[in-house]
Amino acid sequence: MIDQQPPNRRSRVGRLVLIAVPLSFLGYFFLYPVASILGISLFREGGFSFSAFSAVASRASLRGAIWFTVWQAVASTLLTLVVAMPAAYVFARFSFPGKNFFRAAITVPFVLPTVVVGAAYLALLGPNGPLGIDLRHTIWAILIAHVFYNYAVVVRTVGGLWAHLDPRLEEAARMLGASRWRTFREVSLPLLRPAIAAAASIVFLFTFTSFGVILILGGFEYSTIEVEIWRQTTAFLDLPVAGALAVLQLVGISSILVAYSRYQERRSVEQQLRPVIEIARLPSGWREAGLVWGVLGFTGLFLGAPLAVLVGRSLRVGDGYGLDAYRSLGKATATLVPPVEAIGNSALFAAAAMAIALIVGTMAATLIAYHRNAISRSFDVLLMLPLGTSAVTIGFGFLVALDAPIDLRTAPILVPIAHALVAIPFVVRTEVPVMRSVRTRLREAGAVLGAPPARVWREIDLPLIFRAMLVGAGFALAISLGEFGATSFIARPDAPTLPVAIFRLLGRAGAANFSQAMALSTVLMGMTAVSILAIERFRIGQMGEF
Amino acid sequence: MLGKRPEQRIGRVGAMAMAVVLAGCSTAATSTTTTTTSTSGAPEPVEIVLMTHDSFAVSDEVLETFEDETGIEVRILRSGDAGQMVNQAVLTKDNPLADVIFGVDNTFLSRALEAGVFEPYQSPLLAVVPDDLEFDPRVTPIDFGDVCINWDKAYLANGAPPPPESLLDLTDPSYRGLLVVENPATSSPGLAFLFSTIATFGESGDYVWQNYWEDLRENDVLVTSGWEEAYYSYFTAASDGDRPLVVSYASSPPFEVIFAEEPIDEPPTAVMTEGCFRQIEFAGIVAGTEARPAAEQVIDFLLSKQFQDDIPLNMFVFPASTDATLPPAFVEHAVVPEDPLSLPAGEIEANRQRWIEEWTEVMAG
Repeated sequence: MIDQQPPNRRSRVGRLVLIAVPLSFLGYFFLYPVASILGISLFREGGFSFSAFSAVASRASLRGAIWFTVWQAVASTLLTLVVAMPAAYVFARFSFPGKNFFRAAITVPFVLPTVVVGAAYLALLGPNGPLGIDLRHTIWAILIAHVFYNYAVVVRTVGGLWAHLDPRLEEAARMLGASRWRTFREVSLPLLRPAIAAAASIVFLFTFTSFGVILILGGFEYSTIEVEIWRQTTAFLDLPVAGALAVLQLVGISSILVAYSRYQERRSVEQQLRPVIEIARLPSGWREAGLVWGVLGFTGLFLGAPLAVLVGRSLRVGDGYGLDAYRSLGKATATLVPPVEAIGNSALFAAAAMAIALIVGTMAATLIAYHRNAISRSFDVLLMLPLGTSAVTIGFGFLVALDAPIDLRTAPILVPIAHALVAIPFVVRTEVPVMRSVRTRLREAGAVLGAPPARVWREIDLPLIFRAMLVGAGFALAISLGEFGATSFIARPDAPTLPVAIFRLLGRAGAANFSQAMALSTVLMGMTAVSILAIERFRIGQMGEF
Repeated sequence: MLGKRPEQRIGRVGAMAMAVVLAGCSTAATSTTTTTTSTSGAPEPVEIVLMTHDSFAVSDEVLETFEDETGIEVRILRSGDAGQMVNQAVLTKDNPLADVIFGVDNTFLSRALEAGVFEPYQSPLLAVVPDDLEFDPRVTPIDFGDVCINWDKAYLANGAPPPPESLLDLTDPSYRGLLVVENPATSSPGLAFLFSTIATFGESGDYVWQNYWEDLRENDVLVTSGWEEAYYSYFTAASDGDRPLVVSYASSPPFEVIFAEEPIDEPPTAVMTEGCFRQIEFAGIVAGTEARPAAEQVIDFLLSKQFQDDIPLNMFVFPASTDATLPPAFVEHAVVPEDPLSLPAGEIEANRQRWIEEWTEVMAG
């Protein structure tokens, strides 16, 4: 008994740190700013403004936006799950030449500014595109683009767990005469549920707050709550209505998240996770080879076609092709600093955002995975909120709240902090399912042998979740490189990142500006692919191998 | 797997990550301290924070020369588009982010003035600015640009209809399906174009601006959310699109020459000089600044010949000063409409939301 006390006390201190760090980060950089801006918007002349809510309820256009937000998010999430599931399976279970490259490449769409992807899609989905039908300004253009953006979320989150499922379970089912479909439905699917729910929750939040895709591909007929908050704020300067919409948005996503969290709590199953290397194998037989290459072919075409359009545009010079746009990137034109400077700025912000997201996110994930109670459940919901909160709300929240005790409103660190807010849910979502699946027995064995909790975590959990951490880190990096919307609503120091430089170039007439913007988008794609590839190659001892 | 080495290395990686975060924090801390010391008028060089929109640009030499001559250090702060910037300025009025704001235009000016963001300043250099650009003693006009219909010369050359000459021409069936405009609720040139139709057709009479837009809709006008999309995805002269008429700027043609991929003598596009709406950009001193004398110098700098000469090629708008020398490409290829349309800033502020909502209703059919 006496012997056990020190580890216990240490574990209590440890838990306190695990709670304190993520909670104060979120409290200071999310809850406090959001509460401040909502307070300013909704409390006018001393009283709470109910009229803003009745204004929302009475306007048909706003009611329409709310309804559209919900159903397009549900439709986009389901569609993304269905379309991306085969790829999650193929990436999890098979090895094939170029796998690492492919896996990094599918994350590329994630970082591209919507104005750039929009340009590619308008070319592909227009009357002269390969489909031959004009889908511009239709719901289909919106849904396809949402699948395009979120494909990697499903492949990586679901694939992340799938890669560790013990294949002997499925083999046993097959041996007992179950069909492939039945094996999937009755063996794999139940075991994968936590990861599927995790991916679905992220895709839902992303599409629930969709902004650029709606504006560019949907035309003015379609509007989401996110678009309305922005319009009410910047075009109409109507803060009360924007505030009321932001409250509705927060309530909506919170209820979805609470439901998700309860589901996750009930459904997660402990299982024997296997190292990837034991599981992934070369496809055997023509059926498997067909499956693997068919899925890869589809993925390549679906994600690659818009990217190829961008690369093609960047190489076009007049009627021919050339590298002129790339050569001009290093030069300061009459109007801008050399666009190449933006690459350095982007890299710096992304590294800082990744570090913050990994530290805060892993602490939070540990807490959520191992301490199953009401506190950790609400904590889980809280962490996800920034992903579903309007960029305008967060950005303006920073402005009104972070001026004291230290004035952080214009500090460069605010940019990676804003990025980290959005990246943390990814880190948590990729880590928690894996952490929860780690058998308690293993952990108990460690504890019985006298290891303090921190050491148990380090030597048993960490090696198992290391790959999940790398996936989370990759997402964090991608989010930062792609520049999260809130950063455009904070006052930023004059250090343009890649997406900012692309926007500036696209904001000017002149064919050379357009090709330069396309060239810079291509650079952004390459930078993303290379850095994610590098992160995933990262190994510490044997840890990365798992 | 439970060996000693991995654990030590993880420690190092963790420490590195912490170092990155801490480094970030310390830069943040130093930058804030500089602001406080400089605005309180310490003997070291004064720092002026210049808040502006994302389209602001100035040549390095011009800014550096000013800083060297005056000892004023100008720190530039980017705040999104003009609408976002005005909102930020209003929200932070009690504890301002900046000493000087540049880039508030006449469509958002009233909001900033009503909120008391600016304190009055009359620059001695205002003498070189035409009177019709001066709106209010609290702000100083720095540049202007006209939002006009641009047309594709090649498309409208052979056999196609002649270039349109007025807003009303655009409702003629011969221009059916040829025009792309931007949504006034989401785009600054889109809003300016809506204003020009309101200024032209008015709100009373047999044929009001709503009738005009109904006719445009019947004539298959295309609405995009932003200028980038209209110009680079639909305008025939700049994309694979199928619309030879676009709402853009009077200064777009010279840009087509300056930023051509292969040198050209003539722009592929031209401007319809009727029905243009003039956007004027202002600068002002933020109320409550602790560096008033230096802020005045910055406003004077923005009106100085050096900065005014630098404006066209950096921001593709026209300098407010009549003293400024225009670059050759502007002299040759840019047109300044003789009678641009405008609306009083107060009228815009009072009606902006209603107009945009009515426009949306008309266009939704």
